[in-house]
Amino acid sequence: MLCCKENGDKIEAIIEKHRNNPGSIITILQEVQEVFNYLPKDVLAIIAEKTKIKPAKIYGVATFYKQFRLNPIGKYLILLCQGTACHVNGSKKIEETLYDELKIKDGETTEDGLFTLNNVACLGCCSLSPVMMINEETYGSLTPEHVAEIIRELKNKENRQVV
Amino acid sequence: MKIVVGLGSCGIAAGAQKVYDKIKRQLDVRGANNQLEPVGCIGMCYLEPIVEFIEEDGNKHTYTKVTPDIVDEILEGIFEDNPCKKHLINPIEWDKLQKQKRIALKNCGVIDPENIHQYIEHDGYEAVKKCIQKMTPKEVIEEIKVSNIRGRGGAGFPTWFKWNAAMNNNGNTKYIVCNADEGDPGAFMDRSILEGDPHAVIEGMMIAGYAIGAQEGVIYVRAEYPLAIVRLQKAILQAKELNLLGSNIFDSTFQFDLKIKAGAGAFVCGEETALIASLEGERGMPRLKPPFPAEKGLWQQSTNINNVETFANIPWIINQGGKSFADIGVDNSKGTKVFALTGKIKDGGLVEVPMGTSLREIIFDIGGGIINDKEFKAVQLGGPSGGCIPKELLDTSVDYESINQTGAIMGSGGMVVMDDTTCMVDMAKFFLDFTCKESCGKCIHCRLGTKRMLEILTRITDGKGQDGDIELLEDLGTGIKEGSLCGLGQTAPNPVLSTIKYFREEYERHIIDKTCPAKQCKALLTHKILEKKCINCGLCLRNCSVEAITGSKKEAHRIHSEKCIQCGICFEVCPVGAVSVY
Ligand SMILES: Cc1cc2nc3c(=O)[nH]c(=O)nc-3n(C[C@H](O)[C@H](O)[C@H](O)COP(=O)(O)O)c2cc1C
Ligand code: FES
Repeated sequence: MLCCKENGDKIEAIIEKHRNNPGSIITILQEVQEVFNYLPKDVLAIIAEKTKIKPAKIYGVATFYKQFRLNPIGKYLILLCQGTACHVNGSKKIEETLYDELKIKDGETTEDGLFTLNNVACLGCCSLSPVMMINEETYGSLTPEHVAEIIRELKNKENRQVV
Repeated sequence: MKIVVGLGSCGIAAGAQKVYDKIKRQLDVRGANNQLEPVGCIGMCYLEPIVEFIEEDGNKHTYTKVTPDIVDEILEGIFEDNPCKKHLINPIEWDKLQKQKRIALKNCGVIDPENIHQYIEHDGYEAVKKCIQKMTPKEVIEEIKVSNIRGRGGAGFPTWFKWNAAMNNNGNTKYIVCNADEGDPGAFMDRSILEGDPHAVIEGMMIAGYAIGAQEGVIYVRAEYPLAIVRLQKAILQAKELNLLGSNIFDSTFQFDLKIKAGAGAFVCGEETALIASLEGERGMPRLKPPFPAEKGLWQQSTNINNVETFANIPWIINQGGKSFADIGVDNSKGTKVFALTGKIKDGGLVEVPMGTSLREIIFDIGGGIINDKEFKAVQLGGPSGGCIPKELLDTSVDYESINQTGAIMGSGGMVVMDDTTCMVDMAKFFLDFTCKESCGKCIHCRLGTKRMLEILTRITDGKGQDGDIELLEDLGTGIKEGSLCGLGQTAPNPVLSTIKYFREEYERHIIDKTCPAKQCKALLTHKILEKKCINCGLCLRNCSVEAITGSKKEAHRIHSEKCIQCGICFEVCPVGAVSVY
């Protein structure tokens, strides 16, 4: 599925776009990740072949930067702020609540593939700390109760859709 | 009448986009054709979402904490010439703005960042025009020298000196790089500038390009700042359309082009040599200096790197003259500095103050003091490279030298306020955890030393601290500072060393008495229900996840210490404050 023709073409187009810009491997990986939501290993191999950059180097770059994921993520990506302001205002408790509700820790995905939790540093809305983002939506001034409610609502929404 | 809505990331997080959309819909419904404009963050994040109605004569009605529900009410009042008073800004808030001096933030919250013409109306691109048409590169650098501006990215290196070194380099190809990696977790000055006034940064970079003889610039933006990237892209496009970027700028031979590169999430890439490596598509590992970037930078060519805020100050300096800038501030710290005021502060947000303002003025006069009027304990400056400054030193003047003397650093502008519920050992652990994860791994001292320090801090907060741990931390800290190649390792121990310096007793209480005075370290806490206060409501019992509480409607509840995991939920849910923690 990963390398069906359409996706193959997309990879090709991305690499082509940057062919004459030396040093654009990070940008290439970013754009490829946009397509797949993560960086599948076989795709890394294709990039290596097409750009003539050694696979080891590409893998080295992909593992150095936090933005790159080598595993798929859930439907809902939770970015939990662990910046200084959020830490001071109780982000640990939010993390615990998320664990209670979803049984996942930083970097993990729920078994049903719905939720992925990523800790990040400062979402820039410190005056609303503690803060988290789920997909594009930002939630501020969180309390454990509020978080539990948000997660349950999302779960319910998904259940309803299944039925 | 013009209507402006603050649509920085902070405003959007507070719901400003929904308010904006609602106003737009309502204007359509009413058939009103008022100008509705998004602006950047004005800095009063605690009042977001903010909506302003500006009449032709400049008279303003500013509404704060606006929700979609009250949009109707406000619009109704405005259109009937009887503005509703209820959600109007408290005039005291304007006084707080008066205490500030805005240079880098002068346009933030004032102009529509996505409209170049508004920037131009506010003297935009005048400074670079003046440089190109009336000044030689040497004269530009001389003006910067007179202003005595120092880099706002953390180290505080004199800007003119770096420009001069790059100008004197004989290379044909040179680069200007803007460092917008803003790594300090808890700081967002650069982001607000990029979101609120992207053209100021572009113009600053152009002036630097003209001064050192560079024709190409790159802005390295943190990946977590999507809105800043979008606004920069638009700004660059608009500048190109007006031939402000490109060749023959202002009909001269000067040419300058600009690119954006999104970072990929690595704190160490804020360090300039690591940033260059990242721009070249490598793992972002710092290298030894010299050679400095001015000699060998991007693609081995002479490169000048400055921070976002540094660049944003440059057009003002050229327009108003270096001397005007140098008239603000104290001794060796001139001009203003932007801070992101956060933590246990009442009125958190962005503030820009003249150098030399005291911490007390910033925290209490501008920031409104501590949430719930609790006791101020310390303020953290400089993030993972900085340190905590205690209550006794609240009158410290905010300038490079005075802050350094306390053991903290000016840093890039993160200012996190803490009260008596913040545990200093936990804070030190928080920062060490950060630097330990972010160490690139090149230097052994940094890679393993931070890990060992983190282990010791963890054991202290877990109640397993040992005699001699404090000395061991000091010893390791000194070693890491000496044995690391880049600023990350050289400063990583600072949060620990500075808290030991001012809060040694708090460390000792953890290690010897096995208690946490701030009541944050769970392993060191004991929860107990005060029989006399308990009203037998059963709320704690029902909420306890490990069934450590017994009791009934008729008898006071009790916590069984052998089962209790000190999670604190009983303390939180008790409606009468009958649970004590010690
Ligand atoms: C670990 C580390 C992280 C840094 N992060 C940043 C950053 O996020 N933004 C920044 O402008 N400078 C950062 N710096 C400082 C840069 O290396 C460099 O000094 C600065 O960009 C120069 O610009 P200035 O002279 O205008 O301050 C960092 C330095 C180190 C050692
Ligand atoms: S520290 Fe969490 S938003 Fe800034």
